[in-house]
This record gives sequence, C-alpha cells and structure tokens, in this order.
Amino acid sequence: MGLEEVTYLEAIRQALFEEMERDPNVFCLGEDIGGYGGAFKVTEGLLEKFGENRVIDTPISEIAIVGAAAGAAHMGLRPVCEMQFIDFISCAYDMLTNYVATARYRAFLPCPMVVRGPSGGYVRGGPFHSQNPEAAFLHTPGLKIVYPATASDAKGLMKAAIRDEDCVLFFEHKYLYRRVKERMPAGDHVVPIGKARVAREGTDLSIITYAATVWKALEAADKLEAEFGLSAEVIDLRSLLPMDDEAIAATVKKTNRVMIVHEDTRTGGIAGEIMARINELAFEWLDAPVMRVTAADVPLPYSPPLEDYVLPQTADIVMAARRLAAY
Amino acid sequence: MATRPKGGRGAAAQRVSSSEGVGSAAALLARDQKIELYYWMRLTRSLEERLVNLYRQTKVVGGLFRSLGQEADAVGSAFALDKAKGDVLSPLIRNMGAMLVRGAQPTEIIRQYMAKGDSPTRGRELNIHFGGPERGFIGQISHLGDMVPVMAGVTMSFKMRGEDRVGLVYVGDGATSTGAFHEGINFAAVQRCPLVVIVENNGYAYSTPTSKQTAAERFVDKAAGYGIPGERSDGNDVLATYDVTKRAVDRARRGEGVTLIELMTYRRKGHAEHDNQSYVPDGEIDRWAKENDPLDRYVRRLTGDEGVKLAELEAVDARVQREIDEATDVAEQSPMPEPTDALVGIYDDPPVTEPLWFREGVKSAVEKHERPAGWGTYDA
Repeated sequence: MGLEEVTYLEAIRQALFEEMERDPNVFCLGEDIGGYGGAFKVTEGLLEKFGENRVIDTPISEIAIVGAAAGAAHMGLRPVCEMQFIDFISCAYDMLTNYVATARYRAFLPCPMVVRGPSGGYVRGGPFHSQNPEAAFLHTPGLKIVYPATASDAKGLMKAAIRDEDCVLFFEHKYLYRRVKERMPAGDHVVPIGKARVAREGTDLSIITYAATVWKALEAADKLEAEFGLSAEVIDLRSLLPMDDEAIAATVKKTNRVMIVHEDTRTGGIAGEIMARINELAFEWLDAPVMRVTAADVPLPYSPPLEDYVLPQTADIVMAARRLAAY
Repeated sequence: MATRPKGGRGAAAQRVSSSEGVGSAAALLARDQKIELYYWMRLTRSLEERLVNLYRQTKVVGGLFRSLGQEADAVGSAFALDKAKGDVLSPLIRNMGAMLVRGAQPTEIIRQYMAKGDSPTRGRELNIHFGGPERGFIGQISHLGDMVPVMAGVTMSFKMRGEDRVGLVYVGDGATSTGAFHEGINFAAVQRCPLVVIVENNGYAYSTPTSKQTAAERFVDKAAGYGIPGERSDGNDVLATYDVTKRAVDRARRGEGVTLIELMTYRRKGHAEHDNQSYVPDGEIDRWAKENDPLDRYVRRLTGDEGVKLAELEAVDARVQREIDEATDVAEQSPMPEPTDALVGIYDDPPVTEPLWFREGVKSAVEKHERPAGWGTYDA
C-alpha cells in the first residue's frame, strides 16, 4: 500500500506516468493535454517529464486523433488518446467503429490503443459535457470498454488498457475525479479487463451497476439495511465489454432478485443487455422480474432541479429495491 | 461571376503539365525502369480485364472495381516510393496498380475477388481491401477519407522514431469532401509528417461530377489552406506522375512535411462494374479512350523518344498474360473459407469468439447448400 490517499484523477495520472516510464512506445495525444495539462489536469506534468514527442497537443480533430492513433498503433506504438470530454467521442464514431474495431479482423492489423475521457453527469455540465455514450460502443465487436468506480480500479484498469493488444475505451467519471480517494495497492497494480467486483456483499437482492452509480447503490444499500432490514449486494461491473457473465450469474443465483442501475438513458441502455444475459444465464433462479433504474430518456439538462430529476438518485434505488424485495 | 461546367469533363491534358521535355527525376530513370513502368501498367489493365471475365462467369462474389484509364497515376506515383527504406502507401479502390508495384500478387487479388479462404483477408474483406505496413501498403476501408488520418499516424510514427521513411495516401475527388480528409491532412501538416497526399481527380465520385463536389476550381488550391505545398500534374502521363510524386517524396524525406498532389485523370468505367454510366455526357468516354489513354500514350513515348522496340513491349505483354493465366489457375483451385473461421481473431484476447448455441450444425448446413428461402436459391 502507498501511504498517501490518492484521488481517482491522480490514480489515472499515476497509471499514465508509470506506463510511459515502463514502455517508451506509450504516448499521449489530445487537445490541450500538454502545456495546459488537460481540461481536468489529468495529464498535468506529462509534458515536462516525457517531452513533446510523447505528449502531443493536437488540433480540435477527434477523427484525426483516433485515426492517427490507429496508424501509430499499427506501427507498434501504444497511443493514449484524450477526448477532452467523452461527449466528443461521437465525432470519432466512424473511425472507432469502422476502422479501429475491424482492423485486426479484416486486415490482421493490431490496434493497441486507449481512448479515454471525462464522462458522466451529476456535475451540472448540460447536454454536451455530461454524456455516458458507452452503450453506443457496446454494440461494436472489436472494441473493449471499461468504466471504473474507484481510484484503485481507475489506476489498475488504465494500466491493463494500455497493455491490452486491442482498442480500449476508458470512461472516467468526472464526478468521481476528486470526490473518491484511497490508498493505492503497492507495486505494479493491474486490474484485469473483464472482471467485475463485489462492492458489497448481501443476501436479499442484487444491484448490478458501474461508475458513479456504484456509490449511489452503496449509499442505498446502507439505507436499506439500516431502515428496512434489507441486505443488498452491490456488483461493480468495472468492464462493460467484455462483460463478466460469471459474476452476474453468481449474484443472481445468490439473491434471486436483481436490479440494474445505470446513469445512462434507459432505451437501448446497457441494462437491457444485462437483462438479456440474465434471462439466458439464470432465468430459473429469479424470484422477481429484473428491474432497472436509469436516467430518463432525455438529453441531460443543465439546471440542478432538472438534472437531479433526470439522473438516478439514491432514493430511486431505495424505492426500487423495496419493491423488488416485496415482489 | 465565372461560369463553370455543370458536369462532364474536358481534356485534362490540356490544362496540366506533362513530362515531355521536362528536366526531371523521370529523366534519371534507367531504360529497364521505364520498361518496368510499362509492365506494371499493362499488368494492372490486363488483370482487371481477367477479373471482368471472372465476374461475368459469376466467379467474383462481390462488386468489381476498375481503374481503366487511371493506370498511369497509380503506377507512376507508387514507383516514386522506396521499397528498401520501408515506405508505406495506402491505396484507394482505383489503385490496384500501386499495390502491384508495392508487391501485391495477382493471385492474391483474384482470391480476394473470389472470396477464397486463403485470400489475404481469409474471405473477410472484398476486392483490393488488404495489406499491412510490413508489405508497404495498408488496406483501405470503404469510408472515404479515413485513411488520411491513419496515414498521418503511420508517418507520425516514422517521425517520432527518427526513421527515414515516407508515407503516401490516395484519395479521390469525392473523398476531399469528407471531414476525415480535412482533419487528417491538417493534423499531418501541423505535425509535419512525412506524408504525400494524392488527390486523384478522375472527374466523378460514383455519378457525382466534381462540379457538384466542390466550388473550388482546382483541388490543388486546397493545399494553401493547410499551409503546405501543392502540385498538379497530368495523371495520365506515367513519367509526369512519377516526377511530381518523387519531388513530394523527397521533400517529405528531407523533413519538409506534407505535399498535396492533384493528378488529373479520367475514370472510363463506372463506379463499379454494375454502373452503366448513364450520367456521362455522350462521347466523353470515347474521347478520353481515343485521345488520352495512358498506356497508348506511354507506348508511343517508349517506342518514340525512348527508342524501345515494339517487340520488347510485346514480350512484356506475353509475360503479363502468362502470369495472369497462372494466377487465375492457382486462385481458382483455392478453397472457400471454413465458416467457423468467421469467429477467429476479433480480439487478440479472447482469440476466438464463442459460437452461438443454435449454430452447432452450421458446417453441415453449408455443405448441403442450405439457404434461407428468401434468397430464392433454396434447394429442398
């Protein structure tokens, strides 16, 4: 264990530092990441340490950032692209889904690269600085997706993402950047992609979630225990693609009552995919229909009363969990 | 306000420079190299003619794309790259000639078109969409303009590692309208990547004439907007094409960054073999075929100023025919892919995607030629 507590944001920066030190092929590119250190200062200090050749300030060109990263990755480099806000990853959707995701399959071209960026709401960011576009990419074979909830997972998954031989989309929750901190495990801390984590053991019902809503689910679980005597298990998926089917099946078989919580909108969201998997993996173990608590199907509005109304809150999870337990 | 033609295509050769009498890199080419250029152009044309035969015999599974009339621009430009130094190009659909120059084999191309299991993509991709940097050419995708940012990254890696290598990427007149083209060439220009960007102006993007693609008079004028040099040349003159590309390659190798080249040429066939070109003004194709065929022009040049005997070129033609016959025989013997190979290699890890449970009998089904009834080929 390191002695100091490290924030989620610092944990990501540590991972970038350590990986760039470990492997001279790792480099970063993105808008305002060098001298300015990035909009959220995730890459602060990288330029001084590693120089302009490995910390590249780019034009406002998400297509070119991702495309150039792919080309460099073909040549054996390991690029880490920053999307200034993950909302802008949609500008590179073609490059990611048509070029990068298919490269290994159609042309045997390796594309080891990371596309990372601040994601998610609860920060009054409005429709274009709060998005959770992970579901748009879950549907693309060839990509991997991770979305950590804790500082140590942020560090360990970033290291795994940089070392992965394929393209990993790394969603960073900006609400968590400076709100969660913990001591980092000692040594070369790598969290394997594709493995979920039991964030809280429980016996009455399961809450499957990821990213910022892991913390909402934990808060709700405490409340359910204290006020209603219900024991909720919380599963933090950490990786969305590939998804940990074993962990999902295990918790279903343990509690027989399952709720899925995510911050993204409802229709076509990842909860639907998880429900389908539960249906295929463990239908006969269910004692109640699988429920989902998600954002409403609207672009995320700016004003606090509006944003709070649209996004899933702890009270929503408590209410849904009580209904699930009573079914 | 200047009026511009609404469609159709004038004689490009009248408006651009050609290699005749120019003191140039082409003048330094040895006699053998000049004959080699003829070989690649002839191979390109004859191989495509063979593919048309195979297409008409329904042996080509997908669409067939021709570069008839554009052989000089593909071959001349690719010839300006240096194999020994490890230069890399990214072709477009009319650049089979460039791929052949870089080492693509006729057998591979025929196997690709026939969707064979031992084709370069193992039946996963179509036509000439194949390649890797170790071969000197990187396979394109169908989304036009996307290879410009990718080649910006490939050539950025040359710069980052201090390698003496250059990249070349082709786009058509149509692809210049995409966001990817703009972002890629701008990024490469800012980074001073050792990259040559060739706009093949062949007059049409599918059915759309250049007048509906851009309000700019000339594509080469776009270079100024990116702060890079631009040159325009006669793409139907193989030596002029070699010349202009060699100058750009030399600039890139000297660390002077990106050059935009506009090559004037003409697409004498449709977008693909199915396209009847009803949108082309009467007589336009015939005029280009008669007055500005790149092979005819080069034969005249070789047998004239260069003093090559017609018999020498006929020997090249015979060699090309023999090679294509052999390649066809080999490719026709190739097996189709194993269906379950479709699940291999989406990721490095896991190496194989699990088959879906209801697909256990897929192999026998294919062997029995079972097809969904909707295809109209169901045999009971």
